[in-house]
Amino acid sequence: MEQETILIAILGMMAVTYVPRALPVMALSSRRLPQVVVAWLSYVPVAVLAAMLFPALLIPEGQAGGQQIDLSLGNLFLWAAVPTLLVAWKRRSFFGAVIVGMVVVAVARLVLGG
Amino acid sequence: MNPPAQSEAAGRGWPTGVSRAMPIVLGYVPIGLAYGVLAQKAGLSALNTLLMSLLVYAGSAQLIAVGLFAGGASVLSIVLTTFVVNLRHLLFSAAVAPFLQHWRKIDLAGFAYELTDETFAVHSAQFASEGVPGRAEVFATNVTAQVSWILGTALGVLLGSVIADVKPLGLDYALPAMFIALLILQIQDRVQVAVALLAGALSVGLLLAGLGQWNVIVATVIVATLGVMLERWSKKRS
Repeated sequence: MEQETILIAILGMMAVTYVPRALPVMALSSRRLPQVVVAWLSYVPVAVLAAMLFPALLIPEGQAGGQQIDLSLGNLFLWAAVPTLLVAWKRRSFFGAVIVGMVVVAVARLVLGG
Repeated sequence: MNPPAQSEAAGRGWPTGVSRAMPIVLGYVPIGLAYGVLAQKAGLSALNTLLMSLLVYAGSAQLIAVGLFAGGASVLSIVLTTFVVNLRHLLFSAAVAPFLQHWRKIDLAGFAYELTDETFAVHSAQFASEGVPGRAEVFATNVTAQVSWILGTALGVLLGSVIADVKPLGLDYALPAMFIALLILQIQDRVQVAVALLAGALSVGLLLAGLGQWNVIVATVIVATLGVMLERWSKKRS
């Protein structure tokens, strides 16, 4: 992809990221969002994260290539999710979970020669 | 701890703000590094890689965008995906709004620019328990966090040319691990577990059906809407 095209995408990303960050704090410091909007938004983080996570774990090669669900033991991304999830859940540690996940994958590749 | 009015007037408190950002820095530097390396591998120039950390400044969205760039996705789908992924900030912004009513618009505009999951977590906990500190302290936390993100990115850009393959370092697992951690920390009740499972399954289904660029957006919008309808329906029934 051309660097100019990437820059246009970055500027677009900047706009769509900044508006949701700024709008409530600048426009409705005294008013509140409508109840139905708050309810809808409250489901967005969980839904969007799961919508991104499941394909990453179940279809490891993602965008291109073999579009198949891989539940085999060879799917490192899937079973490395177990320790990552446990650290996030039991320790409530965001960065701890991320580091553990990356280390588990790195070590497993070293040991398995992947 | 200074009372808010006093520290605000004096513009003091920035060392406290910097120290509050330290847990964030410990996370942003390695993840920023992962982003920097992966962006290089995806074919982004060093300048564009750094510009994204400066202008967009949203970790998960940046890593997702890098994946989409590598996969040759269109600008429109990258921007729309970023929008949906970052919509959660609307909630964070609305949550801190009542505490910052006394701030000037220009300060609020600057504050919003650096409102991330992590700075929100630090600020909202403090605002609720100790009240709002002076602007200097709040901005010191935010600026320190973003500077560490940009520094991590720069390290990644430098290492990108040295590291031939990100796989032995597990860097390609940074994003899935981040999703897992964010997801687990977001889930508070059973409805949200159901929402997560449904959105995940729908997203996989759409991907397998060949809607690779749109699966995340479509699954999110459908399942969030279903969640609201379910909530309304169960309230009416009870």
